[in-house]
Amino acid sequence: MTATVVLIKDTDACAEDRARDLQDVFLQRVKDAGLADTVQVVRARELGIYNKGVAIKLLPRGDSFVNVGEADVPEIVASIKTGAAVAERLVHHGGNEQVRIVMRNCGVVDPESIEDYLGRSGYQGVRRALFELTPEKTIDEIKTSGLRGRGGAGYPTWLKWSLARGSLGELKYVICNGDEGDPGAYMDRSVLEGDPHSVIEGMLIAAYAIGASKGFLYIRAEYPLAIKRIQKALEQAYGAGLLGKNILGTPFSLDLEVRLGAGAFVCGEETALIASIEGKRGTPRPRPPYPSDSGLFRKPSIINNVETFANVSYILTAGGKEFAKIGTEKSKGTKVFALTGKIRNAGLVEIPMGTPLRTIIEDIGGGVAEGKKILAVQTGGPSGGVIPEKHLDTPVSYEHLIELGSFMGSGGMIVMDEDDCLVDIAKFYLGFCVDESCGKCAPCRIGGFQMLKVLEKITDGKGTEDDLATLGRIARAMQKASLCALGQGAPNPIISTMKYFAEEYRQHIADKKCRAGKCTRLMRFEIIDEKCKRCRLCVKNCPVSCITGDKDKGYVIDQARCIKCGRCFDVCKFDAVARR
Amino acid sequence: MIKARINGIAVTVPEGTTILEAAQKVQIKIPTLCKHPDLPSTAACGICIVRIKGSGKMLRACCTPLEENMEIVTHDPEIVEVRRSVIELILSKHPNECLTCGRNQNCELQTLAADFGIRRESFPQFLPDIRPDASNGTIVIDPRKCISCGRCIQVCQQMQNVWALSMLERGFDTRISPAGDISLADSPCVKCGQCSAHCPTGAITENDETVKVWRALQDENKYCIVEIAPAVRVAIGEAFGFPLGENLTGKLYAALRRMGFRAVFDTNFGADVTIVEEANEFVERFTKHPERLPLITSCCPAWVDFMEKFHHDMIDNFSTCKSPHQIVGVLSKTYFARKKRIDPAKAYIVSIMPCTAKKYEITRSDEMFASGHQDIDVSLTTRELARMIKQAGIDFASLPDEESDHILGEYSGAGTIFGVTGGVMEAALRTAYDYITGGKLKNIEFENVRGLAGVKEGTIPVGNHTVKVAVAHGLRNVESVLDRVRRARAAGEELPYHFIEVMACPGGCVGGGGQPYGVTDELRVKRGRGLYKDDEAHTVRYSHENPSVKKAYKEFLGEPLGEKSKTLLHAKYKARPEYKK
Repeated sequence: MTATVVLIKDTDACAEDRARDLQDVFLQRVKDAGLADTVQVVRARELGIYNKGVAIKLLPRGDSFVNVGEADVPEIVASIKTGAAVAERLVHHGGNEQVRIVMRNCGVVDPESIEDYLGRSGYQGVRRALFELTPEKTIDEIKTSGLRGRGGAGYPTWLKWSLARGSLGELKYVICNGDEGDPGAYMDRSVLEGDPHSVIEGMLIAAYAIGASKGFLYIRAEYPLAIKRIQKALEQAYGAGLLGKNILGTPFSLDLEVRLGAGAFVCGEETALIASIEGKRGTPRPRPPYPSDSGLFRKPSIINNVETFANVSYILTAGGKEFAKIGTEKSKGTKVFALTGKIRNAGLVEIPMGTPLRTIIEDIGGGVAEGKKILAVQTGGPSGGVIPEKHLDTPVSYEHLIELGSFMGSGGMIVMDEDDCLVDIAKFYLGFCVDESCGKCAPCRIGGFQMLKVLEKITDGKGTEDDLATLGRIARAMQKASLCALGQGAPNPIISTMKYFAEEYRQHIADKKCRAGKCTRLMRFEIIDEKCKRCRLCVKNCPVSCITGDKDKGYVIDQARCIKCGRCFDVCKFDAVARR
Repeated sequence: MIKARINGIAVTVPEGTTILEAAQKVQIKIPTLCKHPDLPSTAACGICIVRIKGSGKMLRACCTPLEENMEIVTHDPEIVEVRRSVIELILSKHPNECLTCGRNQNCELQTLAADFGIRRESFPQFLPDIRPDASNGTIVIDPRKCISCGRCIQVCQQMQNVWALSMLERGFDTRISPAGDISLADSPCVKCGQCSAHCPTGAITENDETVKVWRALQDENKYCIVEIAPAVRVAIGEAFGFPLGENLTGKLYAALRRMGFRAVFDTNFGADVTIVEEANEFVERFTKHPERLPLITSCCPAWVDFMEKFHHDMIDNFSTCKSPHQIVGVLSKTYFARKKRIDPAKAYIVSIMPCTAKKYEITRSDEMFASGHQDIDVSLTTRELARMIKQAGIDFASLPDEESDHILGEYSGAGTIFGVTGGVMEAALRTAYDYITGGKLKNIEFENVRGLAGVKEGTIPVGNHTVKVAVAHGLRNVESVLDRVRRARAAGEELPYHFIEVMACPGGCVGGGGQPYGVTDELRVKRGRGLYKDDEAHTVRYSHENPSVKKAYKEFLGEPLGEKSKTLLHAKYKARPEYKK
């Protein structure tokens, strides 16, 4: 009998009590059945199952059971022992939309144990490359897989490698981009924290393929656990002869080091990242020369994202052909998304390319809250675009998302419902890019700031028709004349919302109204005299003292002096303050 | 060779040529703002964008190499509109102070706005509230006028290796400042002023001291004296429409007299004195004290400051001889004042220099007060003088030539080439050869120390000896020369050089930080050629044979390196911290 891991999670609530109780029952039963040495019972954080009571997942079998009560435990333990079927009412169906390649080991292996990784065919990919394939053949394998960079732009990985392989130079570098910075995105972090060895193995394969002997993992300093785990994994890999000189007894050598990013979003851009590793101000530089010709310290270098490397180790293990079976014609494999926003089941999802957005949001994510409607979904991080509900049946792929005015990006996916104001959302994303602009090139440095001022004007109720033309004009200048993707992409949220949600802009500008009530400056607060109990709480809380009156006459808000802060609305216990 | 088409015009250029350069070959001007021919592209402004025919994407012409069969479009309605938007965006963060700006009518941003016919402000202005930094008295940084092109940073860090300036903050708040947000005076700045010479706007300018000079000229109690540096005469014409590099010495003398200066001297005289002293210093070390070699020139104040901050282990190798303008200054307030019976306290001496660092040098150390007064009262740059001539209502172009006042104004051909890289070395070798061998050189033009190579080396047979020399200009180039000396010393090997000339600015003083704007290598060569022609035109081409210099030694100074010379003509150096605080 093989060892089994039993994962337990309460999928209804974050409270752990029920799961803990069931774990105790399970442990007792396992002991009683004499399986204590081969069965491990673990409470899991995440099973990808939602709102189905306490759920159980068995590894390595992979089947799951839902709505499990104490009475069901003996049946499941018996199944572990004998392989017998479990009652159909408990068996979990569904969840098949997700395919785990990048996160194949996340939550399954102990990330601090190289043995665990080795036990899951770990480092078989690099063995295969070193002992069975030449560097050229390794690149061919990636070409067969059709893998494209997961950092955002979707550049074919094999092509990048093959250019770097073709560059002359004794010293070449391989760099892992772990400077994940999109708001709400944590795909790379999960892989670095959950399966660090898969990234190291991917880097080994890349280094072997291009002829690099030195590499850096550039990880943002805000990811302390990821850094700790990667460092531990590096030590283990050195200890196992998988890093350092003459790896696995071959002439191939590679040294890897961790470099910490200091929190500048732009340092995720490859040339800015290179500058940062070199100890310079993290600003992009013009390309060409591309890093594959002249990168880190002017040596040929490749930079791939964490997720890309995690795919690479899989591809070399399972084979490029196997990988290419998944996905669409031009977008192969899977993509991890950080699904957040107005969604019931927020979290990381990994789906095959080509999965419709609606499947991700409604089937996996469980849709938006009861009684609400999906308004739009935003992909591609702060420089991505907003996709309206009517396009949700579009399959996820590099090409399809670009057609919709957004792009894949590194995998942020934020769902909005009708309570969201798209003008406000666009302002938020642009504000992020303005904060994170490095300031090197004029279109991004000044253009973003000026656009933000126009949007603020509109959400303050001071917008005019001309403002839309101004936004369009600055957006064009930024898209065409900015030096890097941050500036070129920063206007995307505005352009896509202006295209798909023109009516919202019109309302803000012409009617001075915000449908969702997010733009407080467009709000009007009034006291409903009939409901007012004269408690004076609003009067006491008004920061500009613009609520006057007395117990007899009632109270009124002086609209001219009101700063629309909403304090009166928030503090009123009798719903006597109206927000319109 | 690469064959391509730009706006349909066929062009063939060597591989690696940028689209911008290739377009110039076929008379197409792509507008630029951040690009400077001296510096690698920063790609900061986004104005030189062009596109490949049929593509939506735009490329930066300044840094994108032309590729085989490319079809480039440099002007179409969308490109022009984007350029205009970017210029207007830049203008929205730049004060509308053209009329009161030092760069009025001589500003690259202003020219660009005029060329694009910008007639209104499309975007509201947002200006930071930052005060200008005038703390070091030589250059003034006004970050509000900065367009973040990055030229000054490249100049300071890459060209000069000083690293005083850097970008602070990020995004909209990005600004230039000494690293650590300290004042310029507390920073490692060596005052070379190359940042000001490369700045496209009025964000970095020389500290304008013309008002002080006007005031002195109007003061009847003051006896105003002026001297002009060699490099000024071949650059001033640029402000008055003369051909580049034309020598306008005679007109300068005339203009200065008309402005009210009562004595018009020439720094070239001081250069001849410097050479007499320095050649003696060299001969003494070369023949008697080889352990004190190499001798390193010290007439460039930015180099002196750089050495005192970064290379003070070389202090003993520095020529103690003062720079030419200080020599004219001290002799004016002593020798000349005594002869003319002028109270030195009333003498007011203005030096016209191609240099911003001279403003610093005039109070650098106690020796700059050797006359008992401040030897030079004010030092102006070529740019300031050009403005003063215009203010004085002088039709400079039509002025008749005049002579200097010979007592401290006569000069040799050797003195005038001080203004170009290699010139000090050449002048010193002419005199030193005579001192060591007692004979004259056959060929007095040292071709291997001329030209714009960053480090030039040469060996000159002098009698039974060989003198090994090196010439470096642009402070980045100095390090390798000094390191070779240090390595040889450490290893106990023979010195690689006996004599080293250093000028902080590329090209020497002709490319100085106080010279008219728009310097390029082509211009440096033309200005330099103007000085070499001046040398050729002189019958006296040895500093020690300048009759007025001989007379000064005979009547006043005594012997070179004598007691009086040592007191008046020599200075001391000390190690200074890179950062004051």
